[in-house]
Amino acid sequence: MAIKTYRDALREAMREEMLRDAMVFIMGEDVGVYGGIFGVTAGLRDEFGEGRVKDTPISEAAIAGAATGAAMTGMRPIAEIMFVDFTTIAMDQLVNQAAKWHYMSGGRIKVPLVLRTTTGIGRRTAAQHSQSLEAWHAHVPGLKVVMPSTPYDAKGLLKSAIRDDNPVVFIEHKMLYNEKGEVPEGEYLVPLGKADIKREGSDCTIVATSLMVRRALAAAEALAGEGIDIELVDPRTIRPLDIETICTSVSKTHRLIIVHEACGFCGVGAEIATEVMEQAFFELDAPVVRVTGKEAPIPFSPSLEDYVVPSVEEIAAAVRCLVKGGE
Amino acid sequence: MEALTMEKRLKMYRLMLTIRAFEEKIVEVYAQGLMPGLAHLYVGEEAVAVGVCTALEPADLITSTHRGHGHCIAKGGDVKLMMAEMFGKDTGYCRGKGGSMHISDIELGIVGANGVVGGGIPLATGAALSAQMRNSGQVVVCFFGDGASNNGSFHESLNLAALWRLPVVYVCENNGYGISVAQSRHQAIKDVAVRAAAYGMPGVTVDGNDVEAVHAAARVAVDRARQGEGPTLLECKTYRFRGHHEGDPNRGNRYRSRQEIVAWEEKCPLKGYEAKLLAGGVTWEQLEELKEKVQQAIEAAVQYANASPFPPLTAALADVYAG
Repeated sequence: MAIKTYRDALREAMREEMLRDAMVFIMGEDVGVYGGIFGVTAGLRDEFGEGRVKDTPISEAAIAGAATGAAMTGMRPIAEIMFVDFTTIAMDQLVNQAAKWHYMSGGRIKVPLVLRTTTGIGRRTAAQHSQSLEAWHAHVPGLKVVMPSTPYDAKGLLKSAIRDDNPVVFIEHKMLYNEKGEVPEGEYLVPLGKADIKREGSDCTIVATSLMVRRALAAAEALAGEGIDIELVDPRTIRPLDIETICTSVSKTHRLIIVHEACGFCGVGAEIATEVMEQAFFELDAPVVRVTGKEAPIPFSPSLEDYVVPSVEEIAAAVRCLVKGGE
Repeated sequence: MEALTMEKRLKMYRLMLTIRAFEEKIVEVYAQGLMPGLAHLYVGEEAVAVGVCTALEPADLITSTHRGHGHCIAKGGDVKLMMAEMFGKDTGYCRGKGGSMHISDIELGIVGANGVVGGGIPLATGAALSAQMRNSGQVVVCFFGDGASNNGSFHESLNLAALWRLPVVYVCENNGYGISVAQSRHQAIKDVAVRAAAYGMPGVTVDGNDVEAVHAAARVAVDRARQGEGPTLLECKTYRFRGHHEGDPNRGNRYRSRQEIVAWEEKCPLKGYEAKLLAGGVTWEQLEELKEKVQQAIEAAVQYANASPFPPLTAALADVYAG
C-alpha cells in the first residue's frame, strides 16, 4: 500500500470524483491558480480547467449560497471556505438554506453540496483562524459533519461526501495535512456515519476527533508502557454519529474519556457523554470524563495556544486518574 | 421586438387577476384562522411577477421571496397545491412542511420562496452558475425587494454574477419599504438600479405597475442573459396595497399615510391594464368571463385545501436527509 499525505489523499479524492462525474466541481477562495492556501487543490485547475476549479472573490456567503443553488439545480459542488472560523459568514446559507431545502420542499429538492473547510490550532494564527466550530454545524438537522483524522479516512470520506445527496460540512485539520499514512491504490469509500477503532484495548475507551486522535494515540502508546490498555474510537463523522460503536467499546472497557479540541461547553463531547449515559449507563464503572479545549478564544502566543487545547500529557493524565484513581 | 399578441396580453391579465384573487382570498381565510403562520401579500405588485415570468421559457428558473405567491402563480404554480400548502396540508406543494414562505416546485423552475430577506440571491446566482456549467440555456430570475438590496448577499452575488457573466436577471421589486422603514430612510439612493454600475452590469428602472413595460424590460434582460452576455439589475417601482403582512394594522398606516396608499391604488396595475385592453378591442364581457373563471379556480383551491388532510406526525421526521 502506498504512503501518502492527508493533503494528497484529499486531492486524489476530488480528482477521482471529478473524473467520475462531470457535475462535480470546485469553487472557493484561492483554490485555482494558487492551489488552495494549504495546497490541497494544487494542480487540479491545470487538469480540469478554470471552468471546474473556480477561484472566487472573498465572498463566503456567495460561495456557500451559490454552491447551494448550484447543488439544488443539478450540480455537485465542492465549495471551500478557507477556515471554519469563516463559515460563520456563510451561516445563513448553510443553516437556513442548504440544510433546509430538502425538508422544506417535502423531499423534492436535493442539495448534494460538500463544504470543505479547515479547523484547529497549531499555526499560531490566533482567535479568528484557529477555532473548532464543528458543534455549530452538527447542531443543525439537515447537515452532515465529517472530521477525518488519517489520510485513508480523508480520501474515503471525502469521496463518500461528494456522492452524498445532502450538504456535508467536511472539516480538515490544518496540522494533519502533512501527516502520512497508508492509502490503497484504486477505488474505495469510507461510509459516512461509521466510527473506526483506531486502537483496540480493554481498560478504557477514548473517543477522540480530528487532531486529537493522533494525540490520544500517542497517549495510549505511552500508557501501554504503564500497563494501561486503551481502546481508541474515532467517530470520523460527527453527524450522523455512530454511537453504537462507542457504546460497544464502553461495554468492553467500562470507562470513557472524550477528547476534542473544541471547548467543552455545549461541545460534541457533551452529546457523546449524554448518549452513552442514555444507552449504556450500567456499563460504566466511573463517570465519563471530558478532556477538551479550555473556555477561551484561541490565544496567539505559542505557549498560550499550546496550553488551551488538550496535550498528549493531559490526555494521559486524565486516563491515569480515571483508571488508577478508582482502584 | 415584436408587438405582444392579444393572446399573450390576455394571459398576462389572467395571471395578474389570479394573483389578486388568490391574495384577496388569503386575506379572508387568514382572518378566519384557516391559514397558520405569516401571510405577506403581493396585492398591488402583480405586474412585476407577471411581466417578468411571461418573458421566460418553461425551463427557466426563478427564486422568490417571503412575498412570493405572485411569483409562483406567474411561473405556472398550481393554486390548489399552493392553497393546500398555505393551510399546512399534506397535499400542498411541500407536503405542509414549507408554508407560504417556502413554496417551491423544482419541475416548474420555482427553486423556492425564501423566509430570509436576501437569502435567495446567492441561490439564484448558484442556479445560474449551474445553468452555465450544464450549458442548459436556462435563464434564472432572482426576485427580491428594496430591503434586500442592503444585504451583503446582494453585493456578493451581483459581483460574482457579473464577474462570471452568469445568465441571471436580478429583479428588484422596489415597493418603497423594508418592512416599516421607507426607502428614503434605509438607503441614500432613489433608484436601486444605480447599484448595477458598481458591479459592471446594466441597471434599468421601470414602472413596476405597468405590466407591458416590465415585460419589455425583462425580455431585453432575459435575452441578454441567454446569449451569454451576463446579468442585469432590473428595478421595478411598485407598491404593496396591504401591510407588510396580514396583521400589520390598517395596511401599514403606522409608517405610511392613508393619502399615499390611496394615491398608489389609483395606479393599480390591474385597473390600468383593463383600460388598456378595452381600448385595444377587448370587451367587458371577455374580462368579466375571465374574472369569473379565475374566481372559480380560487374557490376550488380553497375547497381542495379544506378537504385535504393534515400530514401524519411521522412526516415531521421525514426528509430531514435525502437518501
